[in-house]
Amino acid sequence: MNPKSRVAEHVRVLPFSGIRKFFDIVASRKDVISLGVGEPDFDTPWTVREAAVFSLERGATHYTSNRGDPELRKSICRYVARQFGAEYDWDKETLVTVGVSEAIDVALRTIVNPGDEVLYHEPCFVSYRPSIILAGGVPVCVETRREDQFRLTRAMLEKAVTKKTRVLMLNFPCNPTGAVLGQKDVEDIADFCIRHDLLLLTDEIYAELTYDSKHVSFVSVPGMKERTIFLHGMSKAWAMTGFRIGYACAPAEISENMMKLHQYAIMSAPTTGQKAAAEALERGDAAVTEMVAEYNRRRNYLIAAFADMGVSCHTPAGAFYAFPYVGDLGISSEDFAMRFLEEKSVAVVPGDAFGQCGAGFLRCAYATGMDNIREAMARMGDFVAEIRAGKKK
Amino acid sequence: MDEVLNILKKNARTSVEDIAKMTRAKPEEIAARIAEYERTGAIRGYRTLIHENHLTEESVTAVIEVKVQPEREGGFDRIARRISGFPEVTNMYLMSGKFDLLLFVEGKNLREVASFVSERLATLDGVLSTGTHFMLKTYKEDGVLMDGEKIDDRLQVSP
Repeated sequence: MNPKSRVAEHVRVLPFSGIRKFFDIVASRKDVISLGVGEPDFDTPWTVREAAVFSLERGATHYTSNRGDPELRKSICRYVARQFGAEYDWDKETLVTVGVSEAIDVALRTIVNPGDEVLYHEPCFVSYRPSIILAGGVPVCVETRREDQFRLTRAMLEKAVTKKTRVLMLNFPCNPTGAVLGQKDVEDIADFCIRHDLLLLTDEIYAELTYDSKHVSFVSVPGMKERTIFLHGMSKAWAMTGFRIGYACAPAEISENMMKLHQYAIMSAPTTGQKAAAEALERGDAAVTEMVAEYNRRRNYLIAAFADMGVSCHTPAGAFYAFPYVGDLGISSEDFAMRFLEEKSVAVVPGDAFGQCGAGFLRCAYATGMDNIREAMARMGDFVAEIRAGKKK
Repeated sequence: MDEVLNILKKNARTSVEDIAKMTRAKPEEIAARIAEYERTGAIRGYRTLIHENHLTEESVTAVIEVKVQPEREGGFDRIARRISGFPEVTNMYLMSGKFDLLLFVEGKNLREVASFVSERLATLDGVLSTGTHFMLKTYKEDGVLMDGEKIDDRLQVSP
């Protein structure tokens, strides 16, 4: 038998993540300074780890309810109310998932009928387009631009919407661009959703990580809660990637149907992770504040360093990514990333791993210590100067 | 606390140029601010945290609980100043509870610390009693873990 011929057609044609390919190359090298890591370098706060250990000692090692541990879901509702200004019913409107990644998959499969168009923006997280396709939807990409600080505007959306559009899928603060939406952007896009009767799937995993203004959640806009699936999780702000805990807040009718898919595929999210997440939501604020302050220092350093070397970079206002433009150096993002790695042993991710319109850009994650950032920027300054000198010859 | 102090408190070796970049300020401004902090005594000094295994000279540290007689005028301050003046006393705090002053005392060996306590500390007017504990191992100092290694086992590239 030819195993390849037995892989379902719609899965076989799915491309590997552009990051995956790059990862294999980086992994084969030693002593690399990596700005390619999409997860916090901070240790998970001790109180959270301690709570996880305590839960194991106490024997909390069984399934939880399919929707998730009630105590965690109550914590989630308290947290979402105080941070984002929306009241959810912990019993009927919340679902605890295996990271936001599972929540995205389950949400899309719950709300997309075959042929429905799903609007999303690029550059974006690598799973968005494949997840829409796997759910039977038709992905319709809206490209965000450097001159708009990679914000999404209503005008862009109006151009892309059709009679078949059913869902708008967003991720702000944005991986990989670091873009955020302001109050007016959010209100405009909310109004757009209402006018076109769209369901909004909003992945706000980086909500706590904003540096110039407080995050504005779509669920804070009157009239939006009933048409929004709000996704959040513990991975980024609490440095809990390995615990694999995300959650979805949605209207009861949608939530209970998402729960069916989650129930049949997953049963319940890891119990240890759920216990840890509850601790983080109840007692993790101070640790988050401290991490945000440190990310902000690193972000400011990067912006200054890019300016010093004459590389243009919009000011990333959220998440922990800078997205500088190197297209004007006469070199593609991929060539830049490959040569930078080979010649200077620094890993960055080519921008087009996050969509075609990311070509010419690099994603530089500042989820690494200041010493690494300083050294990586010094080497990048040298590398950029060498490219410029080479071009002149 | 001012952001410049926040950064220096974490790493006193952060350069003026780096602090300027981290705070989006000019290096001259940062240098002037640090000089001002040093002048006014907001910054009292800069130290290095060294793991005890790398201290080549033998030393012992004792933590000493001291009960004193507070004075009608001046309270604990006069006797506290007298005690804190000894170079053997590296850290000293006024405490609530069963004793008054908590001292960290360093000496070359046990005998040296013992003689400091019995001959100089305990004999001071106003010192009522002392309780001495010798420190055995440092697990954490100034918020820094001193025991074990930090492992970064994250993937080198992740989405």
